[in-house]
Amino acid sequence: MLSLREVSVRYDGVCAISGVSLDLPDGEILAVLGPSGSGKSTLLRAVAGLEPAEGSIAWDDRSLAGVPTHRRGFALMFQDGQLFAHLSVAANVAYPLRLRRIGRQERARRVAELLELVGLGGYDARLPGTLSGGERQRVALARALAVEPRLLLLDEPLSALDAGLRERLVHDLRRILRAAGTTALLVTHDQDEAFTVADRLAVVREGRLVQEGPVAEVWRSPADPDTALFLGYARVLRDGPAATVARAAGVSVHGDVVVAVRRSALVLDETGPLSGEVLEARLTPDQLRLVVDVEGVGEVDAVGGAGSHPAVGERVRLRAEQARLSLLH
Amino acid sequence: MERRHLPLTRGSSRNRGSSRNRGSSHNRGSSLSRPLGLLALAAIPVAVLGIFFLLPVIGMVGRGFRPEGRWDVPGVLAVLGRSQVQSALWFTVWSATVATAVTVLLGLPAAYVLHRLALPLRRLVRAALLVPFVLPTIVVGIAFRVLLTGPLSWLSIDGTPVAIIAGLVFFNVAVVVRAVGAAWESLDARPAEAAAALGAAPWTVFRTVTLPALRPAIVGAASVVFLFCATSFGIVLTLGGLRYRSVETEIYLLTTNLLDLQGAAALSLLQLVVVVLLLAVGARLRAVPPSGQRVPVRPHRPGVGDVPQLLLTALVLGFVALPVGALVVGSLRVEGRWSLANYRALTSTGSHQALLEPATTALDLSLRIAVDATLLALTLGLLVALSVTRRTHSRAERRLRGTLDALFMLPLGVSAVTLGFGFLVTLDRPPLDLRDSPWLVPIAQALVALPLVVRTLVPALAGIDDRQRQAAASLGAGPLRSAVVVEVPVLWRPLLAAAGFAFAASLGEFGATSFLARDENATLPVVIYRLIGHPGPMNYGMALAASCVLAATTAVVMLVVERLRVPSLGVL
Repeated sequence: MLSLREVSVRYDGVCAISGVSLDLPDGEILAVLGPSGSGKSTLLRAVAGLEPAEGSIAWDDRSLAGVPTHRRGFALMFQDGQLFAHLSVAANVAYPLRLRRIGRQERARRVAELLELVGLGGYDARLPGTLSGGERQRVALARALAVEPRLLLLDEPLSALDAGLRERLVHDLRRILRAAGTTALLVTHDQDEAFTVADRLAVVREGRLVQEGPVAEVWRSPADPDTALFLGYARVLRDGPAATVARAAGVSVHGDVVVAVRRSALVLDETGPLSGEVLEARLTPDQLRLVVDVEGVGEVDAVGGAGSHPAVGERVRLRAEQARLSLLH
Repeated sequence: MERRHLPLTRGSSRNRGSSRNRGSSHNRGSSLSRPLGLLALAAIPVAVLGIFFLLPVIGMVGRGFRPEGRWDVPGVLAVLGRSQVQSALWFTVWSATVATAVTVLLGLPAAYVLHRLALPLRRLVRAALLVPFVLPTIVVGIAFRVLLTGPLSWLSIDGTPVAIIAGLVFFNVAVVVRAVGAAWESLDARPAEAAAALGAAPWTVFRTVTLPALRPAIVGAASVVFLFCATSFGIVLTLGGLRYRSVETEIYLLTTNLLDLQGAAALSLLQLVVVVLLLAVGARLRAVPPSGQRVPVRPHRPGVGDVPQLLLTALVLGFVALPVGALVVGSLRVEGRWSLANYRALTSTGSHQALLEPATTALDLSLRIAVDATLLALTLGLLVALSVTRRTHSRAERRLRGTLDALFMLPLGVSAVTLGFGFLVTLDRPPLDLRDSPWLVPIAQALVALPLVVRTLVPALAGIDDRQRQAAASLGAGPLRSAVVVEVPVLWRPLLAAAGFAFAASLGEFGATSFLARDENATLPVVIYRLIGHPGPMNYGMALAASCVLAATTAVVMLVVERLRVPSLGVL
């Protein structure tokens, strides 16, 4: 189990990471989610032993202070793979096996197995320069897994890829990591990536750990308005408007309330308790997206079925979906 | 399958180049006028190189091949069968090989320490290490003589091959430190980190990741060092005397002492062929700029693991400092006492009429000639650099460009002795009678400095993205205006650095100048050589003092160049 206690990293006196405490149980995948520049990559590099850190980083209660990167038994996979350009695909994957003096036959067997696992069987002799971005990342993943690491560190593994490819690979990544049973720490700024791949989520902002817990839990109840917005909630409402929307969703509230609403929290419904005037309407392939000036709430997003199409200026009625909004404390 | 990699990446980098030019591809109709334009730009330097380099060299070599107006090829080939020539050849090869190996082995740790570790005075040390490279070879030779006959006489290696190799290493270690250091500094740190994260210990990381990435730089530096070692004249002449001869000193002896032009021509030709081959190999191995973004590393604080490298660097520094220190100390000692008498004597002509003019006059003349040679080399070098870095559209144009580029590298390896003597035998009658021209020496020195200038300017010019010019043009800037906006800001530092190199190289040039300078207008290196050739402690002391003055002048120039922070020499 990886445990961080009050870990800080400073560059020339500026804190890139300050006071982060985290636990990662064996076999789980933790995603560290944060906007770019939030210090999440620095945290990963500190765990890998590539940045000097204050505080304690321990594995199974044994401190890793003073243990150099190559003795930590963690594998690190970079954003752009960092394959060794002068080695073939097979030689790249075999690199860590060679370091561990694994015999030629066993090595060949493992390499073939790993390439098969990442869906690149038969790519042995190719050179990294001839691969596509997605293929390169798969090779990098196979190479990292070859170590059979105690902990796999993934630094934005899919960020360098284009959207379509990323969507396909993100499911592969989850499947591969599950199949290998690897404990993994994934750093990303992409919430979809984090939700799909990880079991647990840690949100980092401006060098601090804001929230940590199982993915569904963090997603259901963000710690604060900024986290909610970062996690994909469309707006954060306060006071009167917040209470109105909450009550419309059937949640009883009193006093000061803050509610984060997703884009789909308000839905067109002729029998709904809220009413308002349509300010914008845009039809997407799946649904109708609206911006509505709701009485007692103000300007909010809403959705409707693709079949309905109210015009701008028209008055509509809306209901609120409880599962699509979150009460912040 | 693996073999496919090289042509593929080459091809892709070429494609990248051509896609940059796509913006202006519509005027491809003028496909003939472009190479012509290229030639026009290169015409002046080509003409100068033709008249003042190719003509003398061909004239000199031709004289050997046609001793009495008849071709005598067998006679020339027979020269190679002489035992003396063979021993010179063998000595050149093995001494240059050993010196290159030692230089690379010593230079690598120093390159690491001076380019990857955060040390105080890093830049100053780097500049100091560069001084030997621009030190006049004759001064290097004398400094080693002083050291090996004085403080280190107990080693009794004076006059042995060990002394020559030590001199060559001293002279060339800066080339390795600069070239490999520059590559090391710009090396992406992440592959090494990835290897460490996969479980590779520091030494394994170095062996399996860093070394392969540095290989082009190391091989490139090694080939240049080998070239310098194999054609070294001043160092071998002063430290080897008549016992150990390289091809270069053999050419000198055959030409001046024995007047055996046939032998000299054969050796010159052999040297030329070897140099061309080496340059071709070097051009192939020259580092291809890697594509994609890189994360440059910040120098880190030295750790326990860096102790061996630090010790080796200290050794290199000591090795560089010792001869220089011995030279300075020697110049300040007169009859066992500290004195400035040697320096005061520089205003005299030495004892036993060693000189016709005082040494200070020679210094004055040296500086003037160096200024002329620098201006000449800069003008020519700039024209060459501009013409070889112009964007290319066709294969023929690219080939022409490559040929030009290689042509101007030739003076780097052609025996300066051949060049100097060639001047004398070909430029001595109308329409080109330059025997008494004050321009003879500056021209010869400019040609010797030209490769340094071109190699400093070309990378800077080639690094300018053509799209910048296109952007300037699209915003309404004319050709001159866009040159001011795009080229000048990038070029002025390399231009100044190139001026520094040319000035230092010209100031210390000895091989060609020793032929061309007359007694009454000798440059300082020639004067120094004359002084040590004449008996008398005063002459010897004067030679040391003059060497110090020459060394100090070049050192100051190099410190200024270092301040400009141009990654010079890195691409030789």
